[in-house]
Amino acid sequence: MQSLQKITSRFIPLRIENVDTDQIIPARFLKATTKVGFGKNLFRDWRYEQDDETKPKADFVLNQKQYEGDILVAAKNFGCGSSREHAAWSIQDYGFKVVVSSFFADIFKNNALNNGVLPVTVTDAFLQQIFAQGAEATLTIDLEKQTITIDTTGVSETFEINAYKKTCMLNGYDDIDYLLSMKQEIEQFEQNR
Amino acid sequence: MGKTIFDKIWDKHVVKIIEDGPSVLYIDQHLIHEVTSPQAFSGIEKRGASLFRPKQIVATADHNVPTLNQHLPIADQLSKFQVDTLIDNCKKHGVELYGLGHQHQGIVHVIGPELGITQPGMTIVCGDSHTSTHGAFGSIAFGIGTSEVEMVFAAQCVMQTKPKVMRINIEGSIQQGVVSKDIILFIIAQISASGATGYFVEYAGSAIRALSMEARMTICNMSIEMGARGGIIAPDQITYDYIEGRLFAPKGEEWNKKLAEWKKLYTDADAKFDVEININASDIEPMITYGTNPGMGLAVTASLPQLESFTDATEKQNFEKALQYMGLKAGQGLLGMPVQNVFIGSCTNSRIEDFRLVASIIKGKQKDPNVKTLIVPGSQEVAKQIKAEGLDKIFAAAGIEIRQAGCSACLGMNEDKIPAGEYCISTSNRNFEGRQGAGARTLLASPLTAAAALLTGKITDIRTILN
Repeated sequence: MQSLQKITSRFIPLRIENVDTDQIIPARFLKATTKVGFGKNLFRDWRYEQDDETKPKADFVLNQKQYEGDILVAAKNFGCGSSREHAAWSIQDYGFKVVVSSFFADIFKNNALNNGVLPVTVTDAFLQQIFAQGAEATLTIDLEKQTITIDTTGVSETFEINAYKKTCMLNGYDDIDYLLSMKQEIEQFEQNR
Repeated sequence: MGKTIFDKIWDKHVVKIIEDGPSVLYIDQHLIHEVTSPQAFSGIEKRGASLFRPKQIVATADHNVPTLNQHLPIADQLSKFQVDTLIDNCKKHGVELYGLGHQHQGIVHVIGPELGITQPGMTIVCGDSHTSTHGAFGSIAFGIGTSEVEMVFAAQCVMQTKPKVMRINIEGSIQQGVVSKDIILFIIAQISASGATGYFVEYAGSAIRALSMEARMTICNMSIEMGARGGIIAPDQITYDYIEGRLFAPKGEEWNKKLAEWKKLYTDADAKFDVEININASDIEPMITYGTNPGMGLAVTASLPQLESFTDATEKQNFEKALQYMGLKAGQGLLGMPVQNVFIGSCTNSRIEDFRLVASIIKGKQKDPNVKTLIVPGSQEVAKQIKAEGLDKIFAAAGIEIRQAGCSACLGMNEDKIPAGEYCISTSNRNFEGRQGAGARTLLASPLTAAAALLTGKITDIRTILN
């Protein structure tokens, strides 16, 4: 898994609530048997008219040239619905390293963390401050300090992440390695039940 | 202090609590399907590891299978490759597979309970958010991502932060024409599509106790639609009666032993919940959704909210976005609106009782000629029972075709899709934009409300037909 310590970047503002994983990656792209190449279909039906890559929808933020960066900022309840990890793979493959929202759906949050994409939960007020920034503004996320800063205003907020997951993200460790190292304990648990 | 049923089961499955981190939670039963497992199989192979407990896994093909001509090779080459990959992976790793053509094949959340695999007190996971269905048996069941599927392959455990607990008490009797789908749509409309995020929900009260197992499954199934990690209902005699005698149910002395354990699975009287919600069952009317998340629901007789009722700017904007997608206007009513499609199926409502309900409404009548139908049993076993009870003849006489088992138009992964711009009354669980096909407009409702639309071609209050 990719590690992440600190990032400063411009961001893409997605002012939509309850973004479900069917929008992030529609079901017809779930026929793949690998994890690669999902980025080009990220938000497919919001991005293009009639499923046609030559017809980008001008009103969708990923198609607006003034916005770019490695950070996606979305309104509350981001990633709800289907458990498809393909949503996290799409976001990562497109190039996002951090998703900021005032509220994440549980399964998406786990899936993001398991793929080296950091979900940063901010207050509603802070989210509105981010949305109020211009396209040139940057955000800095410092995972070690657990802070997110709007660089143009210097306003900062701390965010929660448990110590275990933080260590994993900072170092690029994944849960499967951890569990594989626990096999004896798990066997012991099975015997004692 | 007493414990909730959730705490009792959770605590028994914690292998280890990582300091300031998640718990390592032991998983009794793992269910897998073709869509969210291939990357987990290749991941485990890449690590040079093997499956830790293959006997605790059951596989089926459901999400991406055709619902007609299942005896023929799958025409869509990508779908065929995905289903073939599941067959190869199961063979290679020693996993029991109920694939296409097998008598036990069906939607993963239909076959688990049907075969007696789902039992009280278990931890159950599947790479599918509607795994919450199995909580109806008093088990902790939740959906996981593919990385977590790989974790269970590797070590029969997942890493989970213990959720908070919420109890929803529903007391009293439900009205005529109201079924469990209406109860859960009512709850989600009350607390919103994110109202239970971070919680595990216990459903309790006399209205829940009165429900059959299949009706309880419909309720737990949609827990995820309000953001909950899962839903749970304490087991009782209705639960034990449902399980007894099923293929993988405990037998003989083992049954008595298990039964004694299951009877301890209830929430103690002095247990505390983080949140409690009380609902009066008689307040619930037949429900329907009008928007693009399952929280946007109302009584079928009600009018949509007015624009002025939204004070938050983003919420107002989202409401307008949903109405635009759905082709509806603020403040309008829904009764009498034409619908072009009816989908009866999905892990929410595709069990035999759902088909009995629909058959009871359409018996001796003709389908509206303008309505296109996708009627899809949840499993081969349900399909068999439909025939055994002669329900297939009732559907045929009404001019309605019954298809073969699969997830079908619930998620629009196979060819069963709703055309752009058309309305579909659907017994499934999600009304997201494009969920049933690009541009499709989904109205979630109960099998009864769907049956009414089969006959009238319109959004109809089922009570007008029942009376």
